[in-house]
Amino acid sequence: MADLTTLQGLRRSPLQDMAAELRDGAVPGERSVALREEPFLTMVSIRVEPGSEAARGIEAVLGTGLPQQCGEVSAQGAHTVLWLGPDEWLVVSSTTPETLVGELLAGVGDGRAQVVDVSANRTVLELSGSAVRDVLEKGCPTDLHPRAFADGTAITTTLARVPVLLWKVDATRFRVLPRASLAQYVAAWLLDAVQEFAPAGPSAQAGA
Amino acid sequence: MLQIKCPWCGLRDETEYKYGGQAHVAHPEDPAVLTDEEWAEYLFFRDNPKGPFAERWVHGGGCRRWFNVVRDTRTYEVLAVYTNNEPRPEISLALGSVAAAGGTP
Repeated sequence: MADLTTLQGLRRSPLQDMAAELRDGAVPGERSVALREEPFLTMVSIRVEPGSEAARGIEAVLGTGLPQQCGEVSAQGAHTVLWLGPDEWLVVSSTTPETLVGELLAGVGDGRAQVVDVSANRTVLELSGSAVRDVLEKGCPTDLHPRAFADGTAITTTLARVPVLLWKVDATRFRVLPRASLAQYVAAWLLDAVQEFAPAGPSAQAGA
Repeated sequence: MLQIKCPWCGLRDETEYKYGGQAHVAHPEDPAVLTDEEWAEYLFFRDNPKGPFAERWVHGGGCRRWFNVVRDTRTYEVLAVYTNNEPRPEISLALGSVAAAGGTP
């Protein structure tokens, strides 16, 4: 039982109510897909002029450079930095938001930058399995073929008509980061989209 | 469906973009001295050419940045994409008509 006397214990993830559906929605077999929410990751939005003093301070704190172009992801220790725009990044981290924001602001010093805790803005839906790309291609207008979308890259695009951050860990593992308010819709859309990949047979009939 | 090459994100479908009207419409230096007619001209009157047209687009479904596109209004062909810091590329009507002629069977 969670500790309901602290904010940490009281908080609820956007897909908490769908945990069982996500678990049961997994498709086994040759064309497999499994869905899972990875809740409460620390996310911090950074806006800063690339190459400026403040940007160098931020890079020193993160221990890695800010990605230079669309798709690039840089990682160091607990922090992963995703490119969102020419002067905008998202840090996904396993440290606490307070610590990370404090450290980054200290790194900025007197420079001009925006560092905001946006951990509650998005949640992380992790899709794994051999048919993940097929599922995502049903609702994503961007070219997800490996020649255009390499492993270890992340882009902002739309999935099922709503904006998401799509992060390809490798060929069989994608992370979908929808806004919290759209997370249930995206999860429900994905649960529906994976159904066609279920192996046909009596077990599928029983599950339906 | 148009495909537009965002200066930062590369080629994406039109559904990720929003249209922002004619580009290079400068805000008047001193709006207070304008007559009503001049102000109305600035606010409401836009070119409607048949051929290359410089217009603003925003990649709302991606990097959320504004940029400019020169599009041929006859063929929907995207002739150039450039950022707000760059001048409008020289695309003559002739080039537009060449493109149009090339597309005509």
